[in-house]
Amino acid sequence: MSNSLPQTIDAIQDMLKKANYVADRSLATVLYLSLKMQRPLFLEGEAGVGKTEIAKVLAEQLGRPLIRLQCYEGLDISSAVYEWNYARQMIEIRLAEATETANRDSLGSDIFSERFLIKRPLLKALENSGGGAPVLLIDELDRTDEPFEAYLLEILSDFQVTIPEFGTIRAEEPPIVIITSNRTREIHDALKRRCLYHWVDYPDAAREKEIISLKLPGADARLSEQIVLFVQALRKDPNLFKLPGIAESLDWTTALTELDVISLDPDVINDTLGVLLKYQDDIVKIQGSEAAEIITQINREIGTR
Amino acid sequence: MTDAPAKSGGTFSENILHFARALRRAGLPVGPGRIIEAIRAVETAGIQRRDDFYWTLHAVFVNRRDQRDIFDQAFHVFWRNPELLKKMMEMMLPTSFLETVKDDNQKQISRRLSEALAPSEAPNNPEDPTSEEIEINATLTASDNELLQSKDFESMSAVEMAEAKKAIATMRLPIMDVKTRRQHADLRAGNIDMRRTLRASLRSGGATIPLRFKSRVTRRPPLVILCDISGSMTQYSRMLLHFMHALTNDRDRVHTFVFGTRLTNITRYMRYRDVDAALEAVSEQVEDWSGGTRIGATIKEFNKYWSRRVLGQGAVTLLISDGLDRDAGEGLGVEMERLHKSCRQLIWLNPLLRYQGFEPRSKGVKAILPHVDQFRTIHNLNSLKDLSAILSSPMEVHIDRRSFAA
Repeated sequence: MSNSLPQTIDAIQDMLKKANYVADRSLATVLYLSLKMQRPLFLEGEAGVGKTEIAKVLAEQLGRPLIRLQCYEGLDISSAVYEWNYARQMIEIRLAEATETANRDSLGSDIFSERFLIKRPLLKALENSGGGAPVLLIDELDRTDEPFEAYLLEILSDFQVTIPEFGTIRAEEPPIVIITSNRTREIHDALKRRCLYHWVDYPDAAREKEIISLKLPGADARLSEQIVLFVQALRKDPNLFKLPGIAESLDWTTALTELDVISLDPDVINDTLGVLLKYQDDIVKIQGSEAAEIITQINREIGTR
Repeated sequence: MTDAPAKSGGTFSENILHFARALRRAGLPVGPGRIIEAIRAVETAGIQRRDDFYWTLHAVFVNRRDQRDIFDQAFHVFWRNPELLKKMMEMMLPTSFLETVKDDNQKQISRRLSEALAPSEAPNNPEDPTSEEIEINATLTASDNELLQSKDFESMSAVEMAEAKKAIATMRLPIMDVKTRRQHADLRAGNIDMRRTLRASLRSGGATIPLRFKSRVTRRPPLVILCDISGSMTQYSRMLLHFMHALTNDRDRVHTFVFGTRLTNITRYMRYRDVDAALEAVSEQVEDWSGGTRIGATIKEFNKYWSRRVLGQGAVTLLISDGLDRDAGEGLGVEMERLHKSCRQLIWLNPLLRYQGFEPRSKGVKAILPHVDQFRTIHNLNSLKDLSAILSSPMEVHIDRRSFAA
C-alpha cells in the first residue's frame, strides 16, 4: 500500500485537522475503526454538517481516488454498477457474421467480455488503479429506493459484484466506503448492520468557531464570534423548521465578509438572512425584533467575557 | 484480525457480552454478530481512553439516532461499577439488580432501561385488576382481551361490532399507484430492453434480433396516517384503529401516528400481525386517550420531527380528525399548509361530515379545510368502503372542495 493508513485515533484527528476538517473525538474514533476493520461507515445527520466533506478529506489526505455515487430515486444497476456497450456489441455481431469467423458459442462469450463492459462508480470502486483502494462515497442513500439498497448489500459485505453474463468481480483490496444519509427515510437495518454507524451532530460553539477560522482565515475574529453565537442561538429556537448547518454559517461568514461588515447589527441580519435560513416562514419569524433581541444578548455575552 | 481474543482474556469479552444483552433487553437490535463485531472493534481501538471505548461501542451497537439515549444511559450505568461481574451475576439471579444500582447512584434511569436491567418478572396475572385501568363495559365484553371495548361505537351491539371488525380486517385501500423510475421486463410494450434483446439475439447466433421490452414499474406511494384519539373522537377511534391495522398489514411503507394533546408514533405496534396484540400495545403506549385535542401543536410536532423522515418519496397523508381543536385553531392553518406542501396528497377524513348540513363553523375546521385535497366522511363501514373506491381512482379528478350538503 503506497499510502499507509493512520495507526492511532490521534493520528486520524491530526490528519483531519491538517485538511482543515475539525472533527470531535467520536468521529475520529469511528473513522479509525472503519479504516482498520475495513467496514463501511454510515454517517447520518442533518443537511450541511459536513458528512460528504469527510469522504473528500479522507481521499485527499490518504492520496486515494474519490469515487462518488450520488443517489436518486430509480437509480438502477445500469447507471450505478455497469452497463453493456450495446452499440459495440451489435457491430461485433455484424462483423462476425460478415467475416463468418466466429462460431455461435465463442461469439456469446466474446460479446459479454470485459471489452464491452462500461464500468459505473460501484464497479470502478472495486478496482485498484495503483495508489491503494479508492474512497467510495455513496451520497444521500435515503434518496434512492429500497431495491437499490438491497443491491448494495452484496457490495458492502463482500466487496464484490456479480454480473450474470460475466461472473463475479471481487475487490483485491476493499475500498473505503462512506455512506451518507439525511434521514428522509429510515435505511433498512440489514444495510446498517454491515456498517459502523455515526450520527454527525451540529458542532458546539467552540468547534464551530474553529471551523470558521480554519476555513475562512480572512474573516474578522469578532464577527465570526458573533456569527457563531447567533447561529447557535438559532439552533436552540424551537420554532424554526430547518436549522442552519455549518455550511450555512460558512456561507454567511463569506457573505458578510464580502459585504465588508465588521459587526452584526439587525439591519445587516435582515438583509442577509436568506443565506442562513432557507424557508420563508423561518425568515419571517427571525427577521426584525427577534434578530435584534438575539444580537443584543450576544453582545452582552461577549462584553462580559 | 489477530488472535487478540486470547490475549484480552475472557472476562472482558464476557463483559461486553453482558452489556450487549442488557442493550438487547432495552430494545436495541443487538444480535450475536454485533457482539463479535463489538469485541473486535474494542480490540482494534484499544481501551486506553474511556471516550474512545464509548464511541467504539456506540459505532457498533447504535444504528439509529433515537437509540442513543438508551445506549448512553446503559453505558454509564454498566461500565461505572468495578464490581460489575458480580452485579451481573446478581442480575441473573432473582434478586433485583436494579436496587443495587439505584443504591450506587441516585441518578435517574429511564424506565425502558431499568426494565431491561431488572430481572424479568413473572408473567402478569391476567386477573390482576390493577394492571388495567381502562374501564371494561361488561355488556360489550366478548373476552377479557378486549381491553378497549368501552371505546367502541356506542350504537352497535357486541355482535355487530365483531362483524364490523371482520369486515374491516379484509378492507384494502387502493390509493392509486405511482410510476417509479425503475423498469421491469415487459412482454409487449414499452422501451426496448437492449440487454435482453442482445441476449435473445445471441441465442440464434446473431442472425435475427428479436426485440425485448421493458416498462416502468408502478408502486404504491407511502401512506402516513394521522389519527385523532381525543375525547370527541372516542366513538370512532377503536374502529379506526382496526382500520389502520388492516392498512398497515396490507401494504408496505405505512406510518401511523395518533394524537390528542401530543403525538405518538404507533407504527411499530401496528405491524403486529394480531390485531388484539397490536391494539393492546398501542393502548399501553398512548397516554392521552380521550383527552383534549391540540391539533395545531401536534401537527407542528409532526412537521418538525417526522415529516422529513416519513413524507419522502411522494407520500399520501390521511388525516383522521373531527377538526375540533382545544386551541381554537391557533397556528393550525400554517402547519396544515406546511403539511400539505410536504406530501403528494392530503386526505381529510371527518366523521362529523355525516350529519346533514354540517358547516365548517369550528375554527379548527376552517383552518384545515383550505389545505386538504380531499374531504370525506368516515363514520361507518359503508363510508370506509366508499373511501376505498374513491381513492383508487386517479387523483386529478378529485381535487374538488366538497360541498357540505352531504
